[in-house]
Amino acid sequence: MRTLFFTQAVDDALAQAMVNDPRIILFGEDVSLLRRDLLVRFGPRRVRGTPISESAFLGAGVAAAMAGLRPVVEMYMVDFLGVCMDALLNHAAKVEAFSGGKWTGPVVVRAPCGGGYGDGGQHEQSLWGWLAHIPGLTVLVPSTPADAGGLMLAALQHDGPVIFVEHKLLSETWLEFLGSGGRRTVQYDVPAEGAKGAVPQSWEPIPIGKAVLRRAGDDVTIVSVGVGVHRAVEAAQALETEGISAGVLDLRTVSPLDKAAVREAVAQTGHLLVVDEDYEGFGLSGELSAVVLEAGISCKYARVCTQTTIPYARHLEDQILPNRDRICAGVRQLMQ
Amino acid sequence: MTPELWSLYTLMLKSRLLEEAIAKLWHDGLISGEMHLGTGEEAIIAGVVSQLREGDAMGLDHRGTAALLMRGVDPVLILRELLGYPDGLCGGMGGHMHLFSKEYLAASSGIVGAEGPTAAGFALSAQYSRSSGIAVAFFGEGAMNQGMLMESLNLASAWNLPVLFVCKDDGWAITTQSEKVSGGDLNERARGLGIPAVKVDGCDVSEVWEAAHSAIEHARSGKGPTFLHARCVHFEGHFLGFQLLRLARNPLREMPEIAIPLTYSFLRPGGAALRERVAGLKIVLAAVLSTLRDPRRDSANDPVRRARKPLLSDPVRLQELEDQIEQKMSHVLASALAEEPS
Repeated sequence: MRTLFFTQAVDDALAQAMVNDPRIILFGEDVSLLRRDLLVRFGPRRVRGTPISESAFLGAGVAAAMAGLRPVVEMYMVDFLGVCMDALLNHAAKVEAFSGGKWTGPVVVRAPCGGGYGDGGQHEQSLWGWLAHIPGLTVLVPSTPADAGGLMLAALQHDGPVIFVEHKLLSETWLEFLGSGGRRTVQYDVPAEGAKGAVPQSWEPIPIGKAVLRRAGDDVTIVSVGVGVHRAVEAAQALETEGISAGVLDLRTVSPLDKAAVREAVAQTGHLLVVDEDYEGFGLSGELSAVVLEAGISCKYARVCTQTTIPYARHLEDQILPNRDRICAGVRQLMQ
Repeated sequence: MTPELWSLYTLMLKSRLLEEAIAKLWHDGLISGEMHLGTGEEAIIAGVVSQLREGDAMGLDHRGTAALLMRGVDPVLILRELLGYPDGLCGGMGGHMHLFSKEYLAASSGIVGAEGPTAAGFALSAQYSRSSGIAVAFFGEGAMNQGMLMESLNLASAWNLPVLFVCKDDGWAITTQSEKVSGGDLNERARGLGIPAVKVDGCDVSEVWEAAHSAIEHARSGKGPTFLHARCVHFEGHFLGFQLLRLARNPLREMPEIAIPLTYSFLRPGGAALRERVAGLKIVLAAVLSTLRDPRRDSANDPVRRARKPLLSDPVRLQELEDQIEQKMSHVLASALAEEPS
């Protein structure tokens, strides 16, 4: 085992795949600088910067994938998918269905997401529920370096479009690039377990659609993804002192959802709390309630999500993003 | 008409001092996240904004502080917004990339190119209500590769909208040199869509003012949009803490973190043929070297300094003016830093 930072792990898994598969190419804005380590290893034919033309280069990534390449297309932020959503919504997601199952576009889209560093509501959204809403898209949200690398490898082997959502608070490079800018005068609440961790010497793919239980608990099941998983574990530790045993299930994949794991965990505890940094309405949290209802599981349900546009001001932002205190309050309310 | 150099210099110096104060607050950790300053574009902003009047609108990019200040927005409100106070310009909700002023019809966006549709829409409203109002879009040359901006140029041309498209060209799209990712000539693109294009030295406020004056008159009199292309430099790069500039300014501290993994990756087995790897290395080095040779290091490109030059003929008045502005801006800073309201 070795220890890597989150983005190091993603890039390391990507590099391993690039050695073995010459079809993998990489492009996006500023990729020449952001992925410079891959550029000097694999050269400018495979690693290239793009103009600020998301509609063109993401759309081109989809078609290049249809033609046999394995493109990894980088968005600066998941929010900017708003500029080029057509390429995903009406093209990448539809190729397999429209071709009668005969053709797919196996593009991997890397999309940094998430808040907690004061960049405001146009640069800190999560949006995985919005993406997972569309049939035909696979949406991955890793929460640790080991999962990030393993899921990246799985994404590159998957025969269809995958959105690989990387939380900026876990990413040493994004947080440095956008959050601190070399300053030592700012601090952000970075979950240590998510930012750096043990990873395998050689990467193996982690199956898409498989959740993992981060913490066992008898009284309540907290289900989350990304940074929310770490906030939930912190809350579970705090609740332990109050005599509440909370389990934490990390979905890792938003679409396809590991419904069996959710059902199994919630059937045991009879209490489900969803922690979702994405917007509350019409998203993952509501979907999870449908999963248990459809299975006929009787449980008490609550959710801690982002309900509004994310404020710029740090203190306001900390209140509206799911945090330990809100999660603890949610659990206590459920257990009443 | 000729530009009034004293008042233009006043606007530019105020803006420079405000943004220097912002930089200090950011470095002190009182402002979170990214910070895109407009230091280096003051001549462009002043040359255009000084000619706007009531009913005119602005579509701003992620670098809109200078334009709002020069348009008349209270700098205390801007600073308090950046500090995240509830009595800031946008209640602490927007931050520097999302500054809005309904009073001055000014809307910002952190999405590159979004100023195009915004200005077109403001202009449509003015045209429809026969108000003689115009709209300005401020954007960088990187945005010229964004579909929605190109579409807006066409829309403004087809509908004869009163828009002034102002391209603030510093040659860099974040860390990418724009010439390497852009085809053709930007002015020819605008002309190809039927929009007159004017190229000016964006560090020369008189030149910008004169070109903007004609373009604004053109738009007000119902003759449609103009594309104004102004070269400039951004002294702080894309944003504060810009990695390439940090590398140039403090190589001993910054270089090892970049060079060590780079070398390791270059030499790691399983990579491309040596020729390809060298080509990759050259791209990285070219970005670093062009930062070292960057025109922003040349003080001749400082628009504030250049605007000051002709005023040196009246040193007494200049000294008085500068003292007055400095005093005013230090009051602004003090008010902005006053206790957070409960």
